[in-house]
Amino acid sequence: MFQRKWAKHWREEGIKAGLFLCATVSVLTTFAIVWILIREAGVFFQEVSVSEFLFGTQWTPLLEPRSFGVLPLVCGTFLIVAGTALIALPAGLATAIYLSEYASSRVRSILKPILEVLAGIPTVVYGYFALSFVTPLLRTVFSDVQIFNAASASIVVGIMVLSMVASLCDDTLRAVPASLRQGAYAVGATPVEVTLGVVIPSSLSGIMAAFVLALSRAIGETMAVTLAAGATPKMTMDPFVGIQTMTAYIVQVSLGDTPAGGIAYQTIFAVSALLFVITLIMNIVSSHLLRKFREVYE
Amino acid sequence: MNMIAHKKALPEKFLMDSKTMGKELSGKNKTENIVLQVKDVTICYSGTPAINNVSLTIPERRITAIIGPSGCGKSTLLRSFNRMNDFVPGATVEGQVLYRDIDLYGSNVDPVEVRRKIGMVFQKPNPFPKSIFQNVAWGPLINGFRKDINERVEKSLRAAALWDEVKDRLKDSAMALSGGQQQRLCIARALAMEPEIILMDEPCSALDPVSTARIEDLMYELKQQYTIVIVTHNMQQASRVSKFTAFFEAGKLVEFGKTKNIFTHPTNKRTEEYVTGRFG
Amino acid sequence: MISRSLTYRYWFARAFHVFCFVVAWTGVVILGILLFHVTREGIQWLDLQFLSDFPSRFPAKAGIRSALFGTLWLMGFTALFSVPIGIGSGLYLEEFTNKNRFSRFIDLNISNLAGVPSIVYGMLGLVIFVRWFGLEQSVLAGSLTMSLLILPVIIISTREALRSVPNTIRQAAFALGATRWQTTYAHVLPAALPGILTGIILALSRAIGETAPLVMIGALTYVAFTPEGPMDDFTALPIQIFNWASRPQQEFHELAAAGILVLLLVLLMMNSIAVYIRHRSEKRNL
Repeated sequence: MFQRKWAKHWREEGIKAGLFLCATVSVLTTFAIVWILIREAGVFFQEVSVSEFLFGTQWTPLLEPRSFGVLPLVCGTFLIVAGTALIALPAGLATAIYLSEYASSRVRSILKPILEVLAGIPTVVYGYFALSFVTPLLRTVFSDVQIFNAASASIVVGIMVLSMVASLCDDTLRAVPASLRQGAYAVGATPVEVTLGVVIPSSLSGIMAAFVLALSRAIGETMAVTLAAGATPKMTMDPFVGIQTMTAYIVQVSLGDTPAGGIAYQTIFAVSALLFVITLIMNIVSSHLLRKFREVYE
Repeated sequence: MNMIAHKKALPEKFLMDSKTMGKELSGKNKTENIVLQVKDVTICYSGTPAINNVSLTIPERRITAIIGPSGCGKSTLLRSFNRMNDFVPGATVEGQVLYRDIDLYGSNVDPVEVRRKIGMVFQKPNPFPKSIFQNVAWGPLINGFRKDINERVEKSLRAAALWDEVKDRLKDSAMALSGGQQQRLCIARALAMEPEIILMDEPCSALDPVSTARIEDLMYELKQQYTIVIVTHNMQQASRVSKFTAFFEAGKLVEFGKTKNIFTHPTNKRTEEYVTGRFG
Repeated sequence: MISRSLTYRYWFARAFHVFCFVVAWTGVVILGILLFHVTREGIQWLDLQFLSDFPSRFPAKAGIRSALFGTLWLMGFTALFSVPIGIGSGLYLEEFTNKNRFSRFIDLNISNLAGVPSIVYGMLGLVIFVRWFGLEQSVLAGSLTMSLLILPVIIISTREALRSVPNTIRQAAFALGATRWQTTYAHVLPAALPGILTGIILALSRAIGETAPLVMIGALTYVAFTPEGPMDDFTALPIQIFNWASRPQQEFHELAAAGILVLLLVLLMMNSIAVYIRHRSEKRNL
């Protein structure tokens, strides 16, 4: 009595093993990404030193004389990220404040899905929108805007991640207990004083986590910047001229006729590795901040 | 019903093992058959004991009530009888829980098989979000029941005093039943497995007084065939339905004996204070 | 003195409220502008001929037949790979393992994978599926890459759906002598299914618009046939849109807009299904 039914037991163990194999796929994916980037970038770094790559200010891997300084691409990427941050962070936070502190539940139930649509629109659509709507608009307002420019790309990437910032910040703000707000109201604070003086400060780490995650998304963004920001790597702070981001460069090479295996081709792995490391660090920082926030309120 | 195949009185020395018990149960000329025997059991959650060195015997085809203040470990002890504690991470059980003469925590015992024989009814009615029929039929079916399932469902629902209310709507969702009906359905679901013991973890705490009374009547019926162990907060309930009562406090068994004695002249002062409502 | 500062404080509170209100609804306005612009540009090209023609150098003859079919093939195989593996991983992590070091490691790993830029998945697909497995620029290579990309999304939403199933249901099943798998298969999975399906549809609608990984594995931009098997070359809607949008001529931009309209309609359909499933399951649980 009560003894193990072996057929049943082994079926159960078999199923468990199968499910375990499913779970290992994601682990294998991570290892594969890391391993491939190291291996292929390794080929590149046999010919170009790491310091030349990281600190060089000329990026002309496809033209003679070749030069492999990645800084112009990094600079282009961060120009886009800066523009995105300027738009998406304040607007996203303000939207989240509206959603969590001001909007009635009815308004919320309408507004939130609409904002989710903004996040669900494919990035290639945003690229098209930048090229055919935002850039012409910028050119009517400002005089010296090039066809391909960082500003236009920043604006659409900003719109794209705005909804993500809003949604994550909204979750954060709503996690702040109502008792905290009531306490502040009880000492005679106005709604804005409660929001800015109590709710925001007490959810700061959660908001920062959302910000970092959103900017990491902007760094990895590819199609919109490929279409709208141009293909001319340069170190500039002028948002109205064409630049090139790390991601746009990778697309350019893989669309072009650069022969695979050559040093010029291997650059895309070195750039990808850099991209991967930057976004990974930002994701880790973000989840660390989020954990800090959760420790306080959950 | 043939579920109680081997009822044989346990030898006297077995009974004497737990000193709180012996005299009480075999008093006068009536000897109770012991179905579950708890020997020096300590149950810890992540090292903190919830049940501390408890010994207890559960007589066959009787209702045994476990009472005590919140957090005294009653539910923990109950859940060790069908190894539901296995699902709590960090829970450890020391000592022995003997069913007849098999240690439920022995190395060759499969907890899944234990639960087929020892059923459980929970605090909140928890029917599956399926039809009434499926709720009752599922247990036997997954355990390889190959005979007439309709008959088994009807028999279980009748035994749980629910048949007349639901016989015309067996295909309806169980969620549409009232709380009291849901709880009786959960009892029917447990009965369909033809268990020998039914563990009830505060089965009436989420129910209104009328539903509670029906469940108590039902328990009275069921004890003809089943051994019932009930954890309850409700002292009147314990005194109404049970034959034996165990009083726990802070993870320790304070007193165990005939319900009549526990409630009229308890030997322990704490028991007296608790049953008369002075604390807890 | 007190009343003046209070007046100011009320004014500021009011202004802040208005500011947040305006910003929040600006997002909606922008969405409106975007949809309006795309429709205005593309609607004149959107007809049956556009759907049934292959791409062409001449805008008047160009269509998205191969892209539409390519996307359908791609999504079909992506779902085939990612759904079972995603649900299986979710089940393992939520139901079949305790919180130990290994499960925490997988946890961390999945949340990091969700943040890896899609173009990096493209590199992975390029090296492993295209080169190593020798799948070339096939539907199979594309859908395997896409599967890895959306796997974290499916796993995360599956786990959330499983977590929302009340524990009392599991206990009820275990107390009847059910094994872990019997409990999961008969009770937990059906209860979580609407949530899981919603997550799958959202993951697939992310995949359907993804362009960068397909560009990386070398999905062709000009394909004048529809794929007939998993090993065929293919193009996809976003690739075609990208191709048209990156040309300088105005007509091709308008074709891109028409392609976007088709893509958005497909997305709208998928999301409607998700909303319908969510709605139905909410109604049933009442």
